Amino acid sequence: MSGAHHSHDAAHHGAAHADHGSTKSYLIGFTLSVLLTLASFGVVMSGLVPHELMMPGIIVFGVAQLVVQLVCFLHMGTSPSQRGNLAIMLFTILILGIVVVGSLWVLHNMNVNMMHPTSQMMPVE
Amino acid sequence: MSSAAISATHGALDDVLHGGGVDHHHHDDGSKTLLGFWIYLMSDCLIFSGLFATFAVLAHATAGGPTAKELFELPYVLGETMLLLISSVTFGMAMLNMHAGKRDKVVAWLAVTFLFGAGFIAMEVFEFAKLIHEGAGPSRSAFLSSYFTLVGTHGLHVTSGLIWLVVMMDQMRRFGLTDATRRRLSCLSLFWHFLDIVWICVFTFVYLRGAI
Repeated sequence: MSGAHHSHDAAHHGAAHADHGSTKSYLIGFTLSVLLTLASFGVVMSGLVPHELMMPGIIVFGVAQLVVQLVCFLHMGTSPSQRGNLAIMLFTILILGIVVVGSLWVLHNMNVNMMHPTSQMMPVE
Repeated sequence: MSSAAISATHGALDDVLHGGGVDHHHHDDGSKTLLGFWIYLMSDCLIFSGLFATFAVLAHATAGGPTAKELFELPYVLGETMLLLISSVTFGMAMLNMHAGKRDKVVAWLAVTFLFGAGFIAMEVFEFAKLIHEGAGPSRSAFLSSYFTLVGTHGLHVTSGLIWLVVMMDQMRRFGLTDATRRRLSCLSLFWHFLDIVWICVFTFVYLRGAI
């Protein structure tokens, strides 16, 4: 385990990771998060963005903010002390993708093939 | 029995790694606890993925009742988001002061974090009460059931985080910055930032997607 290399060093810093961020990294993360949040809400609320671009827009800004917070607040990275965490997270994202995309795919097909459309199933305009 | 065998093997491995002759009895430096806590967070993430998948499937199943577009007020949600985001940064300030060994500042920043977190929960409870008062409670439609389950589960997590914050402020006051309290605060830090990350998905896929 990667922790073995740091065990004696880290013992002096309590439970600290080798890299625990700085005021600067938190402020950069905060500023970017605020901007991306405003961008996400702006896409939907401003009325300036064409309707078909809204969904891709909020997904792009949302994912960007996820990455910003993972790096700036949770200090995710490829440094040796973080590799274990990163590997577990990537595996979780794989499972998460299978669960979410799989559910939507299967149930969409079921709605299309097995049910007559009723007012309940139709998206309300 | 078996654990003795495992630790014997572990000790032998450490002898190889460190060249032997070093005291091997202080292995729990907190990094294993943090890794374990991270694994818990990732499994929590899977709970949320199930709830998000359920919500996504049922988002249009309104049973003739109110839709997301009619119910959700985006400026209000933007306010909630900002409170949680600010609380994330103030927690970061508490962690920086923890690494600098300034106990009083840690407690102060934790108190600020608690206020913003409590503000978020207050807004959410008020929002839920308003929806239920309008007849859009969890029993109205499958869409609203899944909405209340998903957002309510996140709210319960934040509430647990608030209770944990109070406990940690008390422990800081009693025990100071010991290895144990530092380790616990590091876990809470991961938990708190993780909840902010889940909230990004909530406001994107529940509120903004609903308003499109």
